[in-house]
Amino acid sequence: MSPYFVELGPQSLWYLLEGAGRTLWLGIWAIALGTILGILLGCIRTYSRVGAILLAPLIDITRSVPLIIQIVLINSALGISGFFWGPFVVGVLVLGVYTASYTSEVVRSGLQAVPDVTKRAGRALGLTGLQNFVFIIAPIAGRIAFPGWINVVLGSLKDTSLVAVIGYVELLRASQIVITQTQEALIVLAVAGGIYFVMCFAISAVAKRVETMQR
Amino acid sequence: MFGSYTFDWTPVWNAAPELLYGAYVSLQIAVLTFLLGSAIAFFLALAKNSGRAILSVPANAWIEVSRNTPCLFQIYMLYFGLGAIAPSLDSYSSVFLAITFNNAGYMAEIIRGGLKAIPPTQTRAARGLGLTAPRAYLFVIVPQLIPVIYFPSVNQFIWSLLNTSLGMIVGLNELTGVTYSLQSITFRTFEFFIVTAALYYVMVKIVTALGAWGSRVLLPNATKGERR
Repeated sequence: MSPYFVELGPQSLWYLLEGAGRTLWLGIWAIALGTILGILLGCIRTYSRVGAILLAPLIDITRSVPLIIQIVLINSALGISGFFWGPFVVGVLVLGVYTASYTSEVVRSGLQAVPDVTKRAGRALGLTGLQNFVFIIAPIAGRIAFPGWINVVLGSLKDTSLVAVIGYVELLRASQIVITQTQEALIVLAVAGGIYFVMCFAISAVAKRVETMQR
Repeated sequence: MFGSYTFDWTPVWNAAPELLYGAYVSLQIAVLTFLLGSAIAFFLALAKNSGRAILSVPANAWIEVSRNTPCLFQIYMLYFGLGAIAPSLDSYSSVFLAITFNNAGYMAEIIRGGLKAIPPTQTRAARGLGLTAPRAYLFVIVPQLIPVIYFPSVNQFIWSLLNTSLGMIVGLNELTGVTYSLQSITFRTFEFFIVTAALYYVMVKIVTALGAWGSRVLLPNATKGERR
């Protein structure tokens, strides 16, 4: 038994689990913000030509610049403007807008995939435009968009690891701290990787079940 | 918005050669890891589809781990983790191998999706005409595969380029890493990172434009073929 092995105790595992909790906490808030904003942006981009043109640069830039740069850039822009909101809030904001950008794309393609005849049939039955959207278009588009949205969610959950760069101690940063303490890099990283894997795998498994239930 | 902050762009301008060299390193890693990853991905896809556990289980493990863990974790695993059982890798090798591993997993699923679109009768017909299995793949399956996987592959290449930015965290001097070390000397974080963001944006736009041009040159019949 290596002498280091003693140092790698239950408290290290607990520290990693706390990190995993913070990963989930950041992920949930960023995904919630991103989904609500993404649905809104997706509807605007589908139904308003002016809105689509105005939003195009935001979508384009968030998808063409590495997320890590977006995080550092927004953090420093907020800093020099005198807003010190801390890594969690900045992380939720940047990751949320990033998630919203991808979600809006998924929502837009879902809305566009609803056949025109279905929309017209709804109106012909006497539904108002709003009723038609809420009861006919949105449920169909939602089902089409769901698998794509799950992919976005999985991506965002993994991307929480980048918020460490502005000082948020999530799972990967926590594992790096434990490695520095114990020098047991392989075991600690294997545990961290296992936790990420379980989180992502659980989400995909639930998503698959929801998808089959919808059919 | 920025209150009393005064911008100073001179350090950025002076650092232009370093930044451009960093961009070259990023592009180099992105291109090489994409090509190597795609080559591995082809065999991973075939192995996963083979139906033989000895091939499909390891291929499946590779694909699932690369897709279900953060790319940064994969870099950490090679940079910090592997050192426990093997000679430790420098930052370039660990970023290079991790992004190759990541690309291979994602490309394998793209290729598998493409293979599903090709009717199995094509393979049987090619074998029936006397082509060996590798020749059947090379001359019959692959030419039909390329139009299907072309645009998802361009997307994956862009991911590969954006993922190189993670090299910064293990101290690699690619574009983001160079930017990070320059801003820590000059304290001009915002100025440096906005220029770097613009450089990435331009690179992605060039790749997208080349991808569109390539689709017209390489696949002139692709859309016609679909219509038929």
